[in-house]
Amino acid sequence: MRRARLGTFIALGVVVALALAFFVSPYASSQPDGLNKVAIDQGLDQQEQPHALEDLPTAGYGVRGIRNERLSTGLAGLIGVGVTFALGLGLFALVRGARRTGHDPAP
Amino acid sequence: MHIPDGFLNAGASIGGAVVAVGGLSVSIRRTTQILEEKQAPLAGLVAAFIFAVQMLNFPVAAGTSGHLLGGVLAAVLVGPWAGAVCVAVVLIVQSLLFADGGLTALGVNIVNMALIAVFCGYGIFLLLRRVVPRTHTGVTISAGVAAMLSVVLAAVGFTIEYAIGGTGGAPVGTVAAAMAGVHLLIGIGEGVITAMTVGAVLAARPDLVYGTRDLIAPVELRESTVTPTRSAP
Repeated sequence: MRRARLGTFIALGVVVALALAFFVSPYASSQPDGLNKVAIDQGLDQQEQPHALEDLPTAGYGVRGIRNERLSTGLAGLIGVGVTFALGLGLFALVRGARRTGHDPAP
Repeated sequence: MHIPDGFLNAGASIGGAVVAVGGLSVSIRRTTQILEEKQAPLAGLVAAFIFAVQMLNFPVAAGTSGHLLGGVLAAVLVGPWAGAVCVAVVLIVQSLLFADGGLTALGVNIVNMALIAVFCGYGIFLLLRRVVPRTHTGVTISAGVAAMLSVVLAAVGFTIEYAIGGTGGAPVGTVAAAMAGVHLLIGIGEGVITAMTVGAVLAARPDLVYGTRDLIAPVELRESTVTPTRSAP
């Protein structure tokens, strides 16, 4: 069986993630998730505090200023996937670098 | 499954942060030691993919939704150490960029989703692999079932934290039952998504999957074609 080259495989994966975030996430369920539902039902949220960063232009998976709600959610998804990929790639590249230095025998 | 600020008191939040920092430090150190070159970009992709799929809330019951946590998915693809780091990166981006998951609750959220779901889930995956056939199908099914149970275990994690320092007044037993029940349903979605994704990667690049390294044929050891000559007795 022919195998996709690593770079091609990673690029394809990122395209899939971007597509899910942009095209599918605007249609995701907006009902509370399991933990939030239990919190509402059982009153665990009575002392909930607003998030310290709730004024960010991207708070709540939207982009402030974009009127179209679906577009706003989709763009937030693109930003999130891009930032997460960049952070992950950078972090794991650093980790790989640390190994290379770590294995160098002391002079 | 993202705990907001104020659900837990300062003690439980700080305790969670300490455990999270400790667990991630060990995970990063182990990743440094064992991450293969070709797995570094895959780990970045896994984090980005989990971020995307965590946005896709699916309905599970009346007025309730669930979404992928991705712990077992990450652990099977890049190993539990790098997997925990992947999920933690996702949680940090969600909290710092999208105000999802409290800042003070970041530690407990990392404990539940990046440590409990990843390491307990991967342990279950390894146990299941002992009883299923040593095939790609066996790996895919093990990943799916482990993923399902990992969601319930993360919910148990929250329940324990609630018992230690929850600010709500509901009895722990009631919260435990409600959390376990709804997360069993969400776990079915987690299992299906995890199995489908692991199956897809196994079909395209089986050599990249950490959880099946033992299935990759080792360098073949052949019987020598030259029959050693024996001296007649």
